[in-house]
Amino acid sequence: MKILVPVKRVLDYNVKPRVKADGTGVDLANVKMSMNPFDEIAVEEAIRLKEKGVATEIVAVSVGPAKAQETLRTALAMGVDRAILVQIDDEVEPLAVAKILKAIGDAEQPGLVILGKQAIDGDNNQTGQMLAALTGWAQGTFASAVNVEGDHVSVTREVDGGLETVKLKLPAIVTTDLRLNEPRYASLPNIMKAKSKPLDTKAPADYGVDTAPRVKTVKVSEPPVRSAGVKVADVDELVAKLKAMGVHS
Amino acid sequence: MKTLVWVEHDGSAVKDATLAAVTAASKLGEVHLLVAGDGVDGVAKAASEIAGVGKVHVADNAAFGHNLPENVAPLVAELMASHDAFVAPATTTGKNIAPRVAALLDVMQISEILSVEGPKTFTRPIYAGNAIATVESSDAKLVLTVRGTAFEKAATSGGSGAVEAVSAGGDAGISSFVGAEIAKQDRPELTSAKIIVSGGRALGSSEKYEEVIVPLADKLGAALGASRAAVDAGYVPNDYQVGQTGKIVAPEVYFAIGISGAIQHLAGMKDSKTIVAINKDEDAPIFQVADFGLVADLFSAVPELTGKI
Repeated sequence: MKILVPVKRVLDYNVKPRVKADGTGVDLANVKMSMNPFDEIAVEEAIRLKEKGVATEIVAVSVGPAKAQETLRTALAMGVDRAILVQIDDEVEPLAVAKILKAIGDAEQPGLVILGKQAIDGDNNQTGQMLAALTGWAQGTFASAVNVEGDHVSVTREVDGGLETVKLKLPAIVTTDLRLNEPRYASLPNIMKAKSKPLDTKAPADYGVDTAPRVKTVKVSEPPVRSAGVKVADVDELVAKLKAMGVHS
Repeated sequence: MKTLVWVEHDGSAVKDATLAAVTAASKLGEVHLLVAGDGVDGVAKAASEIAGVGKVHVADNAAFGHNLPENVAPLVAELMASHDAFVAPATTTGKNIAPRVAALLDVMQISEILSVEGPKTFTRPIYAGNAIATVESSDAKLVLTVRGTAFEKAATSGGSGAVEAVSAGGDAGISSFVGAEIAKQDRPELTSAKIIVSGGRALGSSEKYEEVIVPLADKLGAALGASRAAVDAGYVPNDYQVGQTGKIVAPEVYFAIGISGAIQHLAGMKDSKTIVAINKDEDAPIFQVADFGLVADLFSAVPELTGKI
C-alpha cells in the first residue's frame, strides 16, 4: 500500500509571530521556518506503517514556495521515499490544496493519506476533511491511534471529553493529533541520503486546479493585549483575591 | 440570509457550544437548526425551544447516530440547497463535519470565527491566537465554525421553532462507529473546564506533579493541564498539554504553576478570564500576562494555597 503525506512549511512553533505594521499579515521574513508539527507526526506514522510492513511506499507532497523543498527534504530524511513539490508562491487555501491532493491521489492511488489535523499558521483544520469529501473516502480525524486491518483502518480519535474509535474502509484519510506518536529526528547519514531521493516539481496548473483565493484577508491585527495584573505578596493575599472572585473549594 | 446551525447533542440534551453558534448565526439572519441522530425527539424538542429559532430540521436515522461525517455531510449539503450559511460549533464534532460539507458545496470554510463583522466578513484567530485576521468570503454560500468562548449563549427557552422531519440521507457504507472512551466525569474536560490548574517543568517529576498540582485541582474541581516542557519531560501524558500544539483553553481561572510562559504555552491559555501565576523567578514572562502573580517557591506556596482556599 502506498501512503501519501502532505506537509506544510510554516513558521517554527517556537517563534513568536509578529504582525506586520501595515496589517497585511504576519512577518515571515528572516524567521525560522519548519515542518508543521502535526505533519511531522503524519510523516512519522507513515514511516512506522512502512516499518511494520503495512505500507510499501511513502510519497510526501507540499503545496508551497520553492523553499518548501527543505520541508520535503526533511520528510525524505525521516524516511519518506519520494516527494512532490507543487510550487506556488501565493498563499493557497485548504480547498485548493485539497483539490490538488485529490488530483495527485488520482494519479498515485494511495491506500491512505495521512495529514496533520491543522497547520499552525492558518489554524484552519480543513484540508483532510475536504480531501475526504472530494475523494468520497472515509475520514479519521484527530487520530491518536491508527491500525490497518485488511481492507479497513481503525482510527482512535481525540474528541472533546475522550476518545472515539471508528472503522473506515480503505482507501481513507487520516489526520493526526498530538498523541499519535513522537516524530523521530533524521540522522546525519539519512539527511545526506535524502539529498539524492527523487523530488519532482510541479505547478497547480499541472493538476488543473484554480488556486485563486475565495476568502480575502481584509487585515491582520494584534490580538487585544493582556496587561500584567498585580503581584500578590503571599498566599494569604492570593487566597483573598481568589475568594473575592468566588474561587474556593 | 437563512442559516442552518448544526446542533451538537449527546442524544438527550443540546450541548452548550451549539448555543454560541446560534448566537453567531442570528447575527447573519434567520436561524434554522439541524438535529441529526438516532432517536432524537427529545433533542429536537429542546432545540425548538432555543430563543430565536425559526425551524428545526430533524433527521432521525441510525446512520446519523454517531455523527459520522461520511453520512452526515451529504445530508447537510442537501439541506444547504435551501440555506445560505452552514454554522457549526468549533468542537471536535463540528470541525470533523463542517469542512467535509464545505468541500461538497465547493465553499472555502471560515474556521473558528470570533465575531461577525458583516454579512460575509468575520474575524478569526490565526497563529494560535497570536494574530487576528479579518476575512471576507466571496463564495455564494458560507460555511462557518464558531469559537464557543467568543459568543454569548442563546437562551434555552422562549423559542418556538417548527419541527420538520427530514428524510434525506443514510449510511454511505464506508465508515462505522466502534466505541468511545469518554473521560470519567469526576474531573472536567480541559477544553470546557471553568478552572484549570497547570504545572510546568519546575515541578521536576511526575511524583511532584501528583503531590503538588493534583490536590489543588481536586480541591477546586479543576481540570489538569501542563506545559509542553512538563509533557516532554514525561511528568504527565500528552493530552494534558496546553499550548499552540496542545489544547487551546479559555477557562474562568487558569493557574500556571512553575510555568515560565513560553510563547507556545501562552498561545494556548492567554484568553483565560483570570490568570494566576506562581513562579519563583520574578522575571518569568508568565507574569506579564498574569492577573495575579505570586513570586514564591511553588513547593511551599501551592500546598499552602490548597490548604487555605
